[in-house]
Amino acid sequence: MCEVKVITGTSAAAEAAKLADVDVVAAYPITPQTTCVEKLAEFVANGELDAEYIKVESEHSAMSACIGAAATGARTFTATSSQGLALMHEMLFIASGMRLPIVMMVANRALSAPINIWNDQQDSISQRDTGWIQIYVEDNQETLDSVIQAYKIAENEDVLLPVMVCLDGFILTHTVEPVTIPKAERVREFLGVYEPKHAYLDPDRPITQGPVGVPDCYMETRKQVEEAMERAKKVIKDVNEEFAEWFKRKYGNGLVEAYNLDNADTVLVAMGSICGTIKYVIDELKKEGKEVGLLRIRTFRPFPKEDVKEFLKDANNIAVLDKNISLGFNKGALGIEMASILKNKKVCNYIVGLGGRDIRIDDIKAIIDHVEKAEDDETLWVGLKE
Amino acid sequence: MQFPREELFAPGHRGCAGCGAAIVARLLLKAAGKDTIISNATGCLEVMTTPYPETAWRVPWIHTAFENAAATASGVEAAVKALKRKRGKYKDKKINVIAIGGDGGTADIGFQSLSGAMERGHDMLYVMYDNEAYMNTGIQRSSSTPFLAATTTSPAGSKIRGEDRPKKDVAMIMAAHGIPYVATACISYPEDFIRKVKKALSIEGPKFIQVLQPCTTGWGYPPEKTIEIGRLAVETGVFPLYEIENGEFRITYKPAKRKPVREYLKMQKRYRHLTDEDIERIQKYIDEKCKLLGL
Repeated sequence: MCEVKVITGTSAAAEAAKLADVDVVAAYPITPQTTCVEKLAEFVANGELDAEYIKVESEHSAMSACIGAAATGARTFTATSSQGLALMHEMLFIASGMRLPIVMMVANRALSAPINIWNDQQDSISQRDTGWIQIYVEDNQETLDSVIQAYKIAENEDVLLPVMVCLDGFILTHTVEPVTIPKAERVREFLGVYEPKHAYLDPDRPITQGPVGVPDCYMETRKQVEEAMERAKKVIKDVNEEFAEWFKRKYGNGLVEAYNLDNADTVLVAMGSICGTIKYVIDELKKEGKEVGLLRIRTFRPFPKEDVKEFLKDANNIAVLDKNISLGFNKGALGIEMASILKNKKVCNYIVGLGGRDIRIDDIKAIIDHVEKAEDDETLWVGLKE
Repeated sequence: MQFPREELFAPGHRGCAGCGAAIVARLLLKAAGKDTIISNATGCLEVMTTPYPETAWRVPWIHTAFENAAATASGVEAAVKALKRKRGKYKDKKINVIAIGGDGGTADIGFQSLSGAMERGHDMLYVMYDNEAYMNTGIQRSSSTPFLAATTTSPAGSKIRGEDRPKKDVAMIMAAHGIPYVATACISYPEDFIRKVKKALSIEGPKFIQVLQPCTTGWGYPPEKTIEIGRLAVETGVFPLYEIENGEFRITYKPAKRKPVREYLKMQKRYRHLTDEDIERIQKYIDEKCKLLGL
């Protein structure tokens, strides 16, 4: 029997780490992530989770400790947000370069300056090129399910890459929703005991990890990460299917989720919790006889190029919503990726919700109106004050 | 003292002739033995021992970045504990977790990570190999560079006489963390260093050893003088050898009669700009420090 709890997104992530029976947690507080590591501390204090809980002095050390632990063969978890993720930046490359299957929850939050604790996705988007798999979830159930899936993906021998599960700060981290919690034994069976077959630190089998990568070999290591990312696409899809068989829930094809795309000439493309609002608007418009679709990008890395092309082949008005901005290019990351893939289509980019600015139903409707009337690619900042 | 014959630090590394850091690593592993995991900060030691696909390490070894050897070792230590408890791995073994970093990676950029790891009480030994500057990047000043030493970023010019700040006392700062064992050592006194490493590893909890290792390139002396210069650093009182065990301070080597600092300074190019007046200032500073330590 499953249990349904009404919990926040951060609690859902903590519950998932517990279900995955992680061995080491490295924790440093930052709003709006903190409630996740608080929950994990509670689990460890109550003996509900048998893990070493390292109360590190910074996020840089959190990721360093996770790398040390994962390199020793332990299943590891950490969580962060915003400035904390930015502080980890250096170590993110090292985690992926060393091919360590670390899982991290990221509570998406704006970056300073000015300091702002509210939601946008600039923090994790800025880690785009670090070699981490990035999953963006829509709700708290998906948070829990994705953290479990993340271990199955990361530890797959065809992948061996770290995974971040990104959920919108406050919108999900601090909102309670009913979340179905699978039985621990089932999850442990689904994931299996983590027994790394690849290199790890063991005095009986001494190896050197993280040596100097001379010019003769460095490029090859980068290429191997890229190839693992490519292989991860299939693994993410497979894990999504397998998870559905075990737990009766699935998220699109794992990489993208198509919503009302079949007869839609106008399609919105977005990531994260905003997709819930978009689906609501789509349902409303459908009642009025108007067909609009949504393509939810679930994994931003690896980027589902093939699926995007396939799912959007019949759409003519494409509105890409971005909760981030590449300053100096006046487009968001998703907008840039879409423009590079969909060369012969009209792709308008909408910068929305930066630093916690509300994105209302009317804003979504206005975006749909705009993209349908636009004659060419455009970038618009939605919700700016006059 | 009988030194183990087994070499866990393999010959064939790419250190300079006369490199003190290689001697640190070799003695450290002789003392620690094979059931040891090393977390190495970026720096000379890491670079010269692991140009892929070669390695000089016959124990498991990890390098991640410059400022986090202690934090990485925290994760290693926690993982060993968890795997022992949950999966019975290494159950009959005592695994020594040792972090090692140069003075830059320890006293400067790695200081926060070191302080955090020591304060949290991890069962690990941190070894700071102290060559008193950033030698890997070409001899730039660190906070462990001594007063008036010339480096490429604290050059001796017509207005400034080299490094204008005294050497940061990392061992004493570690002692202030209240950890069970802190010591200083020097490669010129291998028995003392090995004894301290062995003692440190016999104690549970965080331990710290700062070991002086003269650097032929950075200090400017012929390679065959490494041991001699290290000995002079101790004999002159420039680098006193002591240990602090559970708060109890003890000098572990007391020179019969301290030699004049001049003897130590005159052998090194980094001090060649010093005037008699400068040397007197340094002597006075060392005298005061030695008095405080009871040397």
